[in-house]
Amino acid sequence: MSEYNFAYLDEQTKRMIRRAILKGLAVPGYQVPFASREMPMPYGWGTGGVQVSAATLTPEDTFKVIDQGADDTTNAVSIRKFFENTAGVAVTEETEKATVIQTRHRIPEAELTEDQILVYQVPIPEPLRFLEPRETETRKMHSLEEYGLMHVKLYEDISQHGDIATSYAYPVMVQDRYVMDPSPIPKFDNPKLEMSAIQLFGAGREQRIYAVPPHTKVVSLDFEDYPFEATKADHACDLCGAENSYLDEVILDDAGNRMFVCSDTDYCRSRRAAGHVGRLGTEDAA
Amino acid sequence: MYVAVKGGERAIENAHAWLAEERRGDTSVAELSIAQIREQLSLAVNRVMAEGSLFDPDLAALAIKQSRGDLIEAIFLIRAYRTTLPRFGASLPVETGDMACDRRISATFKDAPGGQVLGPTFDYTHRLLDFKLAAEGEVAPAAEGTPREEATPHITEFLQGEDVIQREPVGEAVPGDLTREPMEFPADRALRLQSLTRGDEGFILGMAYSTQRGYARNHAFVGELRIGKVAVEMEIPELGFAIEIGELELTECETVNQFQGSKTEPPQFTRGYGLVFGQSERKSIAMALVDRALRWEELGEDNLGAVAQDEEFVLSHSDNIQATGFLEHIKLPHYVDFQSELELVRKLRREAEERTAGYQEAAE
Repeated sequence: MSEYNFAYLDEQTKRMIRRAILKGLAVPGYQVPFASREMPMPYGWGTGGVQVSAATLTPEDTFKVIDQGADDTTNAVSIRKFFENTAGVAVTEETEKATVIQTRHRIPEAELTEDQILVYQVPIPEPLRFLEPRETETRKMHSLEEYGLMHVKLYEDISQHGDIATSYAYPVMVQDRYVMDPSPIPKFDNPKLEMSAIQLFGAGREQRIYAVPPHTKVVSLDFEDYPFEATKADHACDLCGAENSYLDEVILDDAGNRMFVCSDTDYCRSRRAAGHVGRLGTEDAA
Repeated sequence: MYVAVKGGERAIENAHAWLAEERRGDTSVAELSIAQIREQLSLAVNRVMAEGSLFDPDLAALAIKQSRGDLIEAIFLIRAYRTTLPRFGASLPVETGDMACDRRISATFKDAPGGQVLGPTFDYTHRLLDFKLAAEGEVAPAAEGTPREEATPHITEFLQGEDVIQREPVGEAVPGDLTREPMEFPADRALRLQSLTRGDEGFILGMAYSTQRGYARNHAFVGELRIGKVAVEMEIPELGFAIEIGELELTECETVNQFQGSKTEPPQFTRGYGLVFGQSERKSIAMALVDRALRWEELGEDNLGAVAQDEEFVLSHSDNIQATGFLEHIKLPHYVDFQSELELVRKLRREAEERTAGYQEAAE
């Protein structure tokens, strides 16, 4: 591919995005406006993550893309192919081998290292958006650290449902300063937000980039008497037997039979390769 | 035995091949050429150029062909292409006063220098299906006149001479560029107009219509509507003067709106402005109405709480490429999020049932 610059975007644009990334890293959890470009895939389909990846990738990188934890979902395939074509970088499905991982809706089960960058696709970067639709207002609320509305929302959840009724995109407080939307990851993944890798969040349509540097304090919002709880289906993976991984529920037939499988396909594959077998797995399933 | 679904890659390739076949349709029917689309579907081409923000009829026609006539898809193709183009400079502002007008009408004066020129308009056609078009045939030649030599002055200039219409401030500032800087609110008028001219025609039309029906009503007269070609000029630093580098077809609409005056302003008419690539009459009138509605603050009017007055609402939702992408992304898998919602609903239901059972026991 010679018609396009390395990783599609021109160098000026990448520089502009890198500046936003650096600012984001310097002010963890703060949403940095950036002049998002039209990409050759639709807004809402990962254009923010794609632009951040494009500005982050170097020719030596090994790239992995997951959607819902899986490498083989159609949009993950499409984005991986885009960078194979435009950047010519090596790609992998193995979490450990990747240097840059673009993700939608999950954090990999395997612990990431300081040599890795995790790029999130973000649909609505503003954690206060559904409480206050106006950007002019929410920016003011962040600058004044005025997060009372969010606590009232969580409190109302408890008084109405007996629980905090947010199961994904669960808001977090970053380094005691900014309330941040961790993108629509299940709240099961929230504890993993404190990690050794660099985490970058890109929202293309909403023109925002934000970041969590390695080892930054990230606390899921809660109350003393209603502490945050990372939940998942109360099962083990039916293929690899893992009891600590986030599970997808698969409907097997019209008699109501279901099975539960790891949402992180690479994690499941590597466990099966190591000889772990679940309820419905066979040893050669991998 | 369950096997994880693989083969997304092959499925995508097959879908693309099928799409290409469907796009072509029945191969016993002659294929459309780009020139045919450009010449015979020119209003579709104009809309794609306007909302794609790129004046290139051939590329717009290609995009329409590739998108099977889905104009928003075609606009998307043009936008994605446009963003890769290098920028080598900015033109001078185009002089719409020097426009070679194909059409020029005013609803405020029966006649004015330059006259009323209907041009190639659907107005006053009776909307009866013309079955003759189903058969191929030659079109009878239209009568020809002599084009006007002099420039056609803007109607609003006459009103300005009498000082009954508000004067626009003259500024030296370089207008912002919403394709290069993230939009921030409040946006100035230049940015608002940029956003409106590339905004979705249907959305802008709906917003404009709402003002006519009383949501921030501000009765608009079409002071002038003109369609025609203007020269694009650019300063070349090596030459030290401006040269003509091309020609654009534009539709310009200036509305003259009622104004009662305010504490600071004597009664005078105010303006709304629409300027759109190509022959895009509906869009430019709608744009002018929405522009006027968004100016309530600078003109000292009341905020009536109407959506068309709400800059953040209008500008954040007018772009059909953003809107359609986000709308359609809900087709993508969301099973991780759905699973967590499913677990939560099951848990809440379990707890609710336990509570109900507890009440019943207590009552018994």
